[in-house]
Amino acid sequence: MTLEEFVEKFADEMTETPAGTITAETHYKELEEWGSLASLSIISMIDEEYGHLLTGADLRARNTVKELYDYVESL
Amino acid sequence: MTIENPYSLEGKTVLVTGAGSGIGRATSIECSKLGATMVLVDINPDSVKETQDMLANQELNHQHFVCDLTDDAALDNLVSQVPTLNGLVNNAGINKLLPPNFINREDIDKIFSINTFAPIFLTQKLLRKKKIVPGASIVFTAALNGVYSSSPANSMYSASKGAINGFMKNLALDLAAKKIRCNSVNPGMIETDIMRQGAVSEEELEANRKKFPLGRWGKPVEIARAIIYLLSDAAEWVTGTALVIDGGVLLAR
Repeated sequence: MTLEEFVEKFADEMTETPAGTITAETHYKELEEWGSLASLSIISMIDEEYGHLLTGADLRARNTVKELYDYVESL
Repeated sequence: MTIENPYSLEGKTVLVTGAGSGIGRATSIECSKLGATMVLVDINPDSVKETQDMLANQELNHQHFVCDLTDDAALDNLVSQVPTLNGLVNNAGINKLLPPNFINREDIDKIFSINTFAPIFLTQKLLRKKKIVPGASIVFTAALNGVYSSSPANSMYSASKGAINGFMKNLALDLAAKKIRCNSVNPGMIETDIMRQGAVSEEELEANRKKFPLGRWGKPVEIARAIIYLLSDAAEWVTGTALVIDGGVLLAR
């Protein structure tokens, strides 16, 4: 998956954040809707796309969408 | 001085599923302390054996069985081997948190197989083989979720527990003529809870604990004692009840 596709899929799960505002450099933990349901949605999206089951700690250890993408691609 | 104990389980034989860990283990141990002869069932051979070693009154010849409760042939085999029962605790359960967009057939089948269909068919098969005696008590470990409340990304689990709540109530009516009672315990968050699977941060868990008016999550033994009440003659006139044990969290919602 390309970074652009990952950003798009990430943004798809953030239903309360206006479309087009999430980029590769977005600090996702600072999003207003970030919380347990949002993080579980990202974990589920990555599980479905990559077959890797991340933990909440994996998400907390990264800041930007790109950092998360790089981590998932490295697995 | 003679002290009467209406919660005594002396002379009763009690089967517990999911006896290898959490609420099932605590229930098995506490029941044995009150004099019950225990029949422990779990899918994990090591953990169920470990629970058996932890039981009180070992001279009562407690037994344990390893069984995959989702396998009909294994259930039949289990039911043919267990003694007649005065108590049945349908406790084994699993959970997986998934937001609504990600609900899928594989996960929901697995959750319902263990949380809903296994207790229904174990109970049915035991009744059919007359292994549950008149005057017995059947207890289901249900939950707040699916009956009294909801929590994020927990809809599959809630559905499975809501279904078991409906089953329990109807069974209570159907078995009342045989003086077999059916009830459930509906715990709030318990410290060994299967809810804790790494997806939710420790800070969020800590914030969640603070929402409980009694200041903390529950312990497995606190649910075990409620199950004991429902198993015992102290609850002789109690059937069809979903008993909330939650540190007051429903009050504060």
